[in-house]
Amino acid sequence: MISQLSWKIGGQQGEGVESTDRIFSTALNRLGYYLYGYRHFSSRIKGGHTNNKIRISTEPKRAISDDLDILVAFDQETIDLNAHELRPGGVILADAKFNPTVPEDRNVRLIAMPITGIAEELGTSLMKNMVASGASWALLGLPLEVLGKAVEEEFARKGPLVVEKNIEAVRRGAAFVLEQTGGPLEEFRLAPADGRQKLFMIGNEAIGLGAIAAGCRLMFAYPITPASEIMEYLIKQLPKFGGTVLQTEDEIAAVTMAIGANYAGVRAFTASAGPGLSLMMEGIGLAGMTETPLVIVDTMRGGPSTGLPTKVEQSDLMALIHGTHGEIPKAVIAPSTIEECFYDTIEAFNLAEEYQMPVILAVDLQLALGKQTCEPLDYDRIEIRRGKLTRDLPPLENPEMFKRYAFTEDGISPRVLPGTKYGIHHVTGVEHAETGSPNEQAANRRKMMDKRLRKLQGLRIRDAVKADAPHEEPDLLLIGMGSSSGTIDEVRSRLAAEGVRTNRLFIRQVHPFPAELVRPHLAKARKVVVIENNATGQLASIIKTHIGEHHDKIHSMLKYDGTPFLPHEVEKGCKELI
Amino acid sequence: MATFKDFRNNIKPNWCPGCGDFSVQSAIQRAAANVGLEPEQLVVVSGIGCSGRISGYIHAYGFHGIHGRALPIAQGIKLANRELTVIAAGGDGDGFAIGTNHTIHAIRRNMDITYIVMDNQVYGLTKGQTSPRSPEGFKTKSTPEGSIESALSPLEIALAAGATFVAQSFSSDLKQLTWLIEEGIKHKGFAFINVFSPCVTFNKINTYEWFKENIVNLDEFPDYDPGNRVLAMQKIMETNGLLTGLIYQDKSRPSYEDRVKGFRPEGLANQDLTLSREAFEELVAEFR
Repeated sequence: MISQLSWKIGGQQGEGVESTDRIFSTALNRLGYYLYGYRHFSSRIKGGHTNNKIRISTEPKRAISDDLDILVAFDQETIDLNAHELRPGGVILADAKFNPTVPEDRNVRLIAMPITGIAEELGTSLMKNMVASGASWALLGLPLEVLGKAVEEEFARKGPLVVEKNIEAVRRGAAFVLEQTGGPLEEFRLAPADGRQKLFMIGNEAIGLGAIAAGCRLMFAYPITPASEIMEYLIKQLPKFGGTVLQTEDEIAAVTMAIGANYAGVRAFTASAGPGLSLMMEGIGLAGMTETPLVIVDTMRGGPSTGLPTKVEQSDLMALIHGTHGEIPKAVIAPSTIEECFYDTIEAFNLAEEYQMPVILAVDLQLALGKQTCEPLDYDRIEIRRGKLTRDLPPLENPEMFKRYAFTEDGISPRVLPGTKYGIHHVTGVEHAETGSPNEQAANRRKMMDKRLRKLQGLRIRDAVKADAPHEEPDLLLIGMGSSSGTIDEVRSRLAAEGVRTNRLFIRQVHPFPAELVRPHLAKARKVVVIENNATGQLASIIKTHIGEHHDKIHSMLKYDGTPFLPHEVEKGCKELI
Repeated sequence: MATFKDFRNNIKPNWCPGCGDFSVQSAIQRAAANVGLEPEQLVVVSGIGCSGRISGYIHAYGFHGIHGRALPIAQGIKLANRELTVIAAGGDGDGFAIGTNHTIHAIRRNMDITYIVMDNQVYGLTKGQTSPRSPEGFKTKSTPEGSIESALSPLEIALAAGATFVAQSFSSDLKQLTWLIEEGIKHKGFAFINVFSPCVTFNKINTYEWFKENIVNLDEFPDYDPGNRVLAMQKIMETNGLLTGLIYQDKSRPSYEDRVKGFRPEGLANQDLTLSREAFEELVAEFR
């Protein structure tokens, strides 16, 4: 029995690759396996090669595997593009319809079966995804009723007839392949999972769920890859809780509506990717200047400009920190796991209200869209902190306006919502006095700038830097963020097996940068490598900007071809360094 | 009950003497009192430009946003707390140049907001450049040979975008202007009110006298039916947009807030939004 395996399905976009993967992996999740998915797709709806890869394991794995065990191919292109990933002895399960051929140099086994043919016999070629799911499932020797249940749920709303037909497709797919192979493939028999109930979702869904848990009831957004799933999830859920999602005319409207809603007292946010964030910059500055809470999610994709809309990158960091003109307080937080996508979203809403400023949640495309196992989420960890929000005020004396921007020691002023008696004040992006009325005097300007920027002092989120540092003098300190975190940890265990001592840091609070939490780790390490998905080493630059020492130790490992780091790539890079 | 004086504050506007915007300020204050509002129930959201300062000159909650974005800010406020009365205000540059996109979509959306444009057909705060509302041939610092672009017709655009309330007024007619703002506030949907608000410094063409000579006042036509969209469009075209009064109103279309699934009459900001353990478990179950 094996503890893990990788399965991939490929074909033309729009021919059922997604749904096959969904059914197959949902059923695996029910069995309690740890799953980690990767979607390869393009900016088109029909046509063009697409594939979904999933890693199945009895232990937590948060990285794409280096190789592949089983490839399900709906067309020859899938084989041509992906066969090189198969490990020796791997299997290709292909639709006989296209007379599949395997490159001669590959030591792999081809199982051709009439996937489309069986589906057509049942009435429609559309069901080939069910045939492929059934056949894949049977090859692994897994209990068919679990897959059947997943199929039933997928089609329940279409009526019993559709359910029955699809289950029949699954059964026939399973039966046909077993007849051909003479039974499940013993070399792919997975050890039983722990059976513990886990969640299976994408980061965007974890963010959406976090928003609801945080009490957010309004989302304003303009569709964009790879952020749209957040609005799509929330438009299904928010109406149940009295809220809604409004699809705006552009990202400028999205961010300014969110500012209006937060000003009026409802937690509201927007989510976008690089191009949208660029449009939002003036609005972010307004929130900073008017000290209005604001949460923005940036699902980072390949830039610049339209860039690589469906591919991963971590290249927005500098734009998120420095993008707005002038100087405002804000926070940039980067979850490094799917669970953190949930908890950090809640925290982002808390920070935005406590500090009365924009908080940006930066996730990369792989974390946003990669479907994966999520440990159970803890209701008791949900906490709502609204900061200095006051609802009852004494009558105003003189001046006749409430001092919304009162100078305070921590820089944070009492906040009231429109509608509150005796709370009338002015809000403006123009420099202003304590009541909010425009004021351009030099002395007031200095005091107001200092007040706003003072708010950031001491801002440290929980696990601002997530360290695993067992060694006093590590050979190598690995630093990363976002979806690379799983890859980094996997590589560390490989290096450890070879006697290489490593520590690691995941930077979760990108801004304001927690230098004091990073500095001691740099000091201890012989060498440091900052691993990031961009071409200019933005995270490394941030570290160097805030920490004056140890620059000679710091090396960058960069990848900007649109694909996530694979463990073997990071492993090779680390070995070259030490 | 509050009177219009309660909507005054002690801040002196930085508008030029004679600016049309003073009347708009006064009309908003009067209309707010006339419809029975208390100052804290009103939010005035404005854009950038001379007219954008108006939110600071009314004793009510005021939000002076960024150029062209008064409307999205106002819509966010309205969705968060529909119990508030929300007035958005700005100039013709704000509404018909940098913010045209939002103007059209806010009209389509039909939230219960009143939008007042102080239309002086020129850029004032930047000291005299052309506006999308400037007539062809209009000479400014940015169009020294005269504008060679055709002037935008906001009333036609509003109607075409599906407006449920279209009105136009003139700063000199405080009575009509106040009445129209009252009607706009009372209208259960998006009320678009364009106001000819002359710039006495940078627009020497479209002056108070010029408007007085050229405007057709619909109030003088008791038979005019503001419920007829075709007639409204015809009237706008006939007068080349130089008409005042209530031009069009559709009382049948519900507001956006009334149509949002699951939206309650109580303002969201006033609701308890904590998520129960049961609801959380139900949400999580979907991912098993």
